Amino acid sequence: MAVHFPRNHMIEVKNVSKTYVTGAGSFDALKEVSFTIHDGEFVAIMGPSGSGKSTLMHILGALDVPTNGTYVLDGKDVSTLSEDELADIRREHIGFVFQSFNLLPRASVIRNVTLPLVYKQIPKEQREKIATASLKSAGLDEQYFYHLSNQLSGGQIQRVAIARALVNQPSLILADEPTGNLDSHTGQIVLETFQKLNREEKRTIILITHESDVAEHADRIIFIRDGAIESDKPV
Amino acid sequence: MIISDLLEETFLALSSNKVRSGLTILGIIIGISSVIAMVSIGQGSQASIQASIQSIGANLIQVQPGSQRSFAGVATQRGSAKSLTAEDAQAIADEISVAQAVAPEVSSRYQVAVKGTNTNTSIVGTTSSYTQVRNVQVIEGNFITDQQNSSVAKVAVLGPTVSTDLFGEGVSPVGQTIRINGSQFTVIGLTVIKGGSSFSNQDDMIFIPLSTAQRYFSGDEYVTSISVQATSEKTVDELETEITNLLLSRHHLDAASADFSILNQADIIATASSVTETFTTLLAAVAGISLVVGGIGIMNMMLTSVTERTKEIGLRKAIGAKRKEIEQQFLVESVMLTLAGGIIGIALGLGISYVVSVLGIVSTSVSWSSVLLAFGVSAAIGIVFGYYPARRAAGMNPIVALRYE
Repeated sequence: MAVHFPRNHMIEVKNVSKTYVTGAGSFDALKEVSFTIHDGEFVAIMGPSGSGKSTLMHILGALDVPTNGTYVLDGKDVSTLSEDELADIRREHIGFVFQSFNLLPRASVIRNVTLPLVYKQIPKEQREKIATASLKSAGLDEQYFYHLSNQLSGGQIQRVAIARALVNQPSLILADEPTGNLDSHTGQIVLETFQKLNREEKRTIILITHESDVAEHADRIIFIRDGAIESDKPV
Repeated sequence: MIISDLLEETFLALSSNKVRSGLTILGIIIGISSVIAMVSIGQGSQASIQASIQSIGANLIQVQPGSQRSFAGVATQRGSAKSLTAEDAQAIADEISVAQAVAPEVSSRYQVAVKGTNTNTSIVGTTSSYTQVRNVQVIEGNFITDQQNSSVAKVAVLGPTVSTDLFGEGVSPVGQTIRINGSQFTVIGLTVIKGGSSFSNQDDMIFIPLSTAQRYFSGDEYVTSISVQATSEKTVDELETEITNLLLSRHHLDAASADFSILNQADIIATASSVTETFTTLLAAVAGISLVVGGIGIMNMMLTSVTERTKEIGLRKAIGAKRKEIEQQFLVESVMLTLAGGIIGIALGLGISYVVSVLGIVSTSVSWSSVLLAFGVSAAIGIVFGYYPARRAAGMNPIVALRYE
């Protein structure tokens, strides 16, 4: 029998809809989506392109707000916040990993990783220590810490991006197609890094992908099609 | 974002694109340096014109005979009339308390000869007060005395230019004999070099007693002008009024038919100043236009930079940068650019005005207020022309910005 840990309801999505109004009419990207994600879970949100998974990712990442419904993150209702309040949520609670990495090209690895700490107003002398710890968690070899980010390989770059997502101690790591620009071997290593972070450091991770073999690295897969949840089951 | 981080970010952003940053601030450098250089040249020439007018004599009023009018109302040249006499000059000296010194003059050009050499110069018949009124000093010998005037002595004081022309450089003319228009004169003095003043070059003159000039050359008792020095700067206007009243009553005329005119030195300075001021303003305006063009260059570069760094802006927003923080970052970048341009421009402008001075083209005078102003203006340009690009960066939607390719 499985051991039950008492777990917090970290993410509660209730009846979330998102409607885009365009010149041609309105389009429902998300229709009444509801689910709960607990602290320490590793969830994949999967779906074909145009399914609404990107829209869902934007809402979960506090980059956008739903048209209807509520999104509670860490006990706080994010769905009604202003632009600047959303920025606060992103700074304190969320770490992003993007498909296209989005590192500052002419800056060192350390500077890229410390960038979120700049906005968090962490004193300068503490930043490097925190960044180094994050880079170690993300599995980047120490010899690359002071390289410029455009001197690194794709796999190394994505590790830097993961370290950057970890550095502000977020409650949630959102990875948007993190392997999309990597070859399958490097992609595998990156996915194993996420698994390690989830298992060893109890990080909550949401992985957005359209590939089922990527999604299978998570513990639970939420499958979305046409703006609604088609299935939600453990792997 | 704390200030040191903001400055570090700015420095890194600008230094990662050195050539473009450099070319962009070139516009500001040119604008600021030309404002500084032009204003210093304008103010320098204004100061030198004023000094040159002042060198003719301080607090000076010149009375000249009016123009002669025929019955048909046709006027001849101003000063051609014969209406002022040495007695008028004496009356001014005796009756007006604010007239400190009065020097009547009869001047005309004559041929001057000495042992085979000759020249044509101004012969000024005057009195001993001339030295005080017109600020003339004698370096060698003496100026004309009142006694020589009453005895109609045939003595002459040479200006340095005339002396060089007649006797050669460095040769003392005192004691020599010269012939002015055929009459023999003994040289009794040499005046100090005053330098070329654009209005009347006092170095190129020969001074003789007034009575001598009237008897041997003009042949009448009239004078060509009376120079009067006021007791102080404040009494110049009062002096002008009193001279007008005195001469009108002496000549039995009313103001409408005055047969003389009065030139107030302060008026001449004011006129000359207003000319140079207009000139300075014009130069500064042209330089100012180039500054605006430079500012537009900054705006252009910042807009390009914002577009190029759309993804970076998206990322910064995704990791929690607020609208204001993005706006600050780009605003500080443009202000840094223009301030750097301003500082280099000020240095260059000071350099240009120094070189212009050293080369002797115009003696420039840099006013520190124009330097401060240039500094402020360059910062203001950064804010004004950086504001729109910064707003544009801050207003970006993070989702759209992150997707930008």
